[in-house]
Amino acid sequence: MRDPKTDATEPLLRSNLLTRRFGGLTAVNGVTLGFHVGEVHAVIGTNGAGKSTLINMLSGEMPATSGSIHFDGHDITDWPQPQRARAGLGRSYQRTTIFPEFSVLENCRLCAQAALPRAWAVWESAQHCEASLATAREALERAGLSDDAQRSAGTLSHGGKRQLEIAMCLATKPRVLLLDEPLAGMGAEETERMLALLGALKQSHAVLLVEHDMDAVFRIADRITVMVNGEVIASDAPAAIRANRDVQTAYLGEGH
Amino acid sequence: MRPWIVPVIAALLLAALPAVLTPYTQDLVVKIAIYAVFALSLELLVGAAGLVSLGHAAFLGIGAYVTVMATGDGGAASALWLLPAAMGAAALYAIFVGALSLRTKGVYFIMVTLAFAQMAYFVFHDTKLGGGSDGIFLYSKPVIQFGKTVLLDLDRKADLYYTVLAALVGTYALLALINRSRFGHALAGIRVNEQRMRAAGFATYGYKLAAFVIAGALAGLAGFLLAVKDGAVNPELLSWHESGAVLLMIILGGIGSLRGAVIGAVAFTLLKELYQSEALLGPLAAHWQLTLGLTIIAFVALLPKGLIGLKARLSGGAHA
Repeated sequence: MRDPKTDATEPLLRSNLLTRRFGGLTAVNGVTLGFHVGEVHAVIGTNGAGKSTLINMLSGEMPATSGSIHFDGHDITDWPQPQRARAGLGRSYQRTTIFPEFSVLENCRLCAQAALPRAWAVWESAQHCEASLATAREALERAGLSDDAQRSAGTLSHGGKRQLEIAMCLATKPRVLLLDEPLAGMGAEETERMLALLGALKQSHAVLLVEHDMDAVFRIADRITVMVNGEVIASDAPAAIRANRDVQTAYLGEGH
Repeated sequence: MRPWIVPVIAALLLAALPAVLTPYTQDLVVKIAIYAVFALSLELLVGAAGLVSLGHAAFLGIGAYVTVMATGDGGAASALWLLPAAMGAAALYAIFVGALSLRTKGVYFIMVTLAFAQMAYFVFHDTKLGGGSDGIFLYSKPVIQFGKTVLLDLDRKADLYYTVLAALVGTYALLALINRSRFGHALAGIRVNEQRMRAAGFATYGYKLAAFVIAGALAGLAGFLLAVKDGAVNPELLSWHESGAVLLMIILGGIGSLRGAVIGAVAFTLLKELYQSEALLGPLAAHWQLTLGLTIIAFVALLPKGLIGLKARLSGGAHA
């Protein structure tokens, strides 16, 4: 039994001196961060600051050059991406990566299927797989896409596709959400809906949010980490970040 | 209309066909049905999983060679172990080739599968293992018998016909089941966006390898039937011409559809038969590769979705 006091401060996902080099370029340099359930933790920085590389390393899409990643008490640094996903690390992509020719429901059902046993039971019909259908419908409900379930995913509006991207991530029943610019290209109304969704999701998930929309970030984030040239220059509550002089010179002052 | 009605009617018609067929046409139907099994096996890779292999004939050839070599000259072998042996050998080679080639993608995958098929081709072509470039004869065809009762003798035309028909129906049914199962849906997801599938938690390599091995075993089934039908094997069965031909069959019929694979096998085999016929075309028959090639180019240009897309195109045109 762990002490509830340390439990409260123990992050669900943690990186320790995480570093990634591409040849001579260090894209992410010694990043140590913790992500807690109940928190939206935004990571901001200019293009090339290493935000996407950080998400790619945490989700397992890209191996780390050095450093380690810990999830729920396990060292997952060497785990392949599918194993991390099944353990509870869900991610969305900056570029929409839905399956356009499948129905909206099937997009989510397929993602929900990943964790189910008996993947080889070829005599069982996928379209009647109640376990994955129930999870998929629940994910669509949360993302506000229930009415579009039978539509072909490719026919959704841009905002709808972004919502589906989140729904697909939820369908894998993750405990951590790694969201790469979920608001990109969204209209004002869609942004509001997405922020409300993120606010609800953080109750039961640890949320890492990479986002360029600063208004949204300062509204929704409980903690903000600022990256410049692959390094963390500040990680604090939004008010403290806004007042931070280093951040102002390095990032917020320039172009924002 | 239920999707299985047309295939079931087609199978029943095929079952009744020998009553009205001449020996030549019955032989042709058997040949087409065997190539349909072969085309269906590749359709699982290309159409369902999006894995374009240019070395699929290796599994056909291995199935055929094992059938002949395991029979030897000691009289007829029992199909009960010969068929599993042929399919098993093809599946084993598929595990080996798949395990290595599936680490590559796209054009590299095409080249690696081709290289492994060429390797198998030269083993049979350049060594004494399978009679060298001349190949070997199958002296006695497989049987199934218990004591004195012969249940099946593949030397008899009717037995061969219905065995091939059963293999075609079984292969089609298995692939239709796979396509509607969770495994099949996962393969479709991998075809569209493998990275997204990995992010959802699918260990995609295992799924692709399973598809590769099933496809290899089914190609081995086609090889077994081909060896029995022809009563001989030669290295050309494993050549890249054969791998290319089966790829053309599914392109011709329409990739992504089991019916398309069968229709493609029918069309390709009939076209080849037509263009090779001296009785019909005279001296032009010597240049059948040219005429067949031009015909296929015309088909692909006019029907990018294959012959299976013809119906949609015709009904679409009627509405326009």
